[in-house]
Amino acid sequence: MDKTNQNRFMKYLRTDRLPNIFCPGCGNGIVMNSFFNGMERAEIDFDNLALVSGIGCSSRVPGYIKCDSLHTTHGRPIAFATGLKLANPELDVVVFTGDGDAAAIGGNHLIHGARRNINLTVICINNSIYGMTGGQISPTSPTGSYGSTAPFGAVEKPFDLSELTKAAGASYVSRWTTAHPVQLANAIKAGLQNKGFSFIEAVSQCPTYFGRKNKMKTAVTMMQWMKAESITKRRAEKMDATDLEGKIIVGEFQNKKEAEFTEQICKLIGDKCTTGKPSSIKSAFQED
Amino acid sequence: MITINEDLCKECNLCKEFCPLKVYEESKIPNKKGIHVPCPKNEDKCTKCGLCILMCPDQAIAVDDKDED
Ligand SMILES: Cc1ncc(C[n+]2csc(CCOP(=O)(O)OP(=O)(O)O)c2C)c(N)n1
Ligand code: SF4
Ligand code: SF4
Ligand code: SF4
Ligand SMILES: [Mg+2]
Repeated sequence: MDKTNQNRFMKYLRTDRLPNIFCPGCGNGIVMNSFFNGMERAEIDFDNLALVSGIGCSSRVPGYIKCDSLHTTHGRPIAFATGLKLANPELDVVVFTGDGDAAAIGGNHLIHGARRNINLTVICINNSIYGMTGGQISPTSPTGSYGSTAPFGAVEKPFDLSELTKAAGASYVSRWTTAHPVQLANAIKAGLQNKGFSFIEAVSQCPTYFGRKNKMKTAVTMMQWMKAESITKRRAEKMDATDLEGKIIVGEFQNKKEAEFTEQICKLIGDKCTTGKPSSIKSAFQED
Repeated sequence: MITINEDLCKECNLCKEFCPLKVYEESKIPNKKGIHVPCPKNEDKCTKCGLCILMCPDQAIAVDDKDED
């Protein structure tokens, strides 16, 4: 497996920045491993990869990876990634985002990215909380869960991000947890191969804030909980709402072929251009 | 051979908990950072399934394909 007593993903990492800043047992590192595994199996050229992230602990993942990356502002990675993809359609563009980044401040970019079916792979590390800023409730925090802004338990109903992106038009949607790293890697592989908007929801642990505030102090307890509460989509379809309460439904929610945004825009530019045949917005702009 | 990079391990114990063959055990003595780096005590049982590599959030584990002899 490993020839040099070195972890097999080390070759993708900026080793001078290690150990990473994440708390012990944080799920971010597991999602990173699953990404490398999925990327290898999708046969993505590492040099053709551009990673885009917003702000949050989860958004720090690309900072540790030795490829082109763009660390943007809070909530906006999909907006930046849209520009990047349209200007350089040949790039494999992957977004790393959090539940706060993607679904609170960045919620509109998320649904409109999905609606356009632009060829991006969005990996949302959903730890049901704002980790970086100290454990505030996020749009995916379960009703009744505790956070620094919900000392009596969250009153609101959470978003189901996989159902949300599916309804918004994403052509590939899957949800797994960090307790299912193999399935998560398979989903990332499928997302990378899908020509369209792929949303992979990685339900993950923030032991420091979500865990501590919700009687699951360690990463081990949090992952045991995710493993125990997960139920496959196929099984969930045969169960009623009350039995599904508190469960994490995992599996593939969408996988369809549909017209892709970048391709359509590039074709339009090519068709309408009177001064040659530009292949993208960039080449149209540069008039070559 | 299983190697754990002591400079990267943060003692989250996920490898110890989730290895299906219970290869890892707690080490009694902390390292110089005060971390109890798990020890692959039952390495002979390892099937090289690679799960611990995927689950270690700190990329601290290497599982070599060749056995020591
Ligand atoms: C415009 C703006 N508003 C608010 C913040 C503060 N802020 C930084 S990260 C964050 C939330 C992070 O939550 P999430 O995206 O779930 O990431 P996590 O840390 O949980 O991985 C917030 C509100 C900011 N940096 N910029
Ligand atoms: S605060 Fe939470 S999300 Fe951030 S690094 Fe620590 S465990 Fe991970
Ligand atoms: S490779 Fe598999 S069997 Fe071997 S130590 Fe890791 S998890 Fe256990
Ligand atoms: S999973 Fe990695 S960081 Fe956690 S205890 Fe094991 S070797 Fe250390
Ligand atoms: Mg979060």
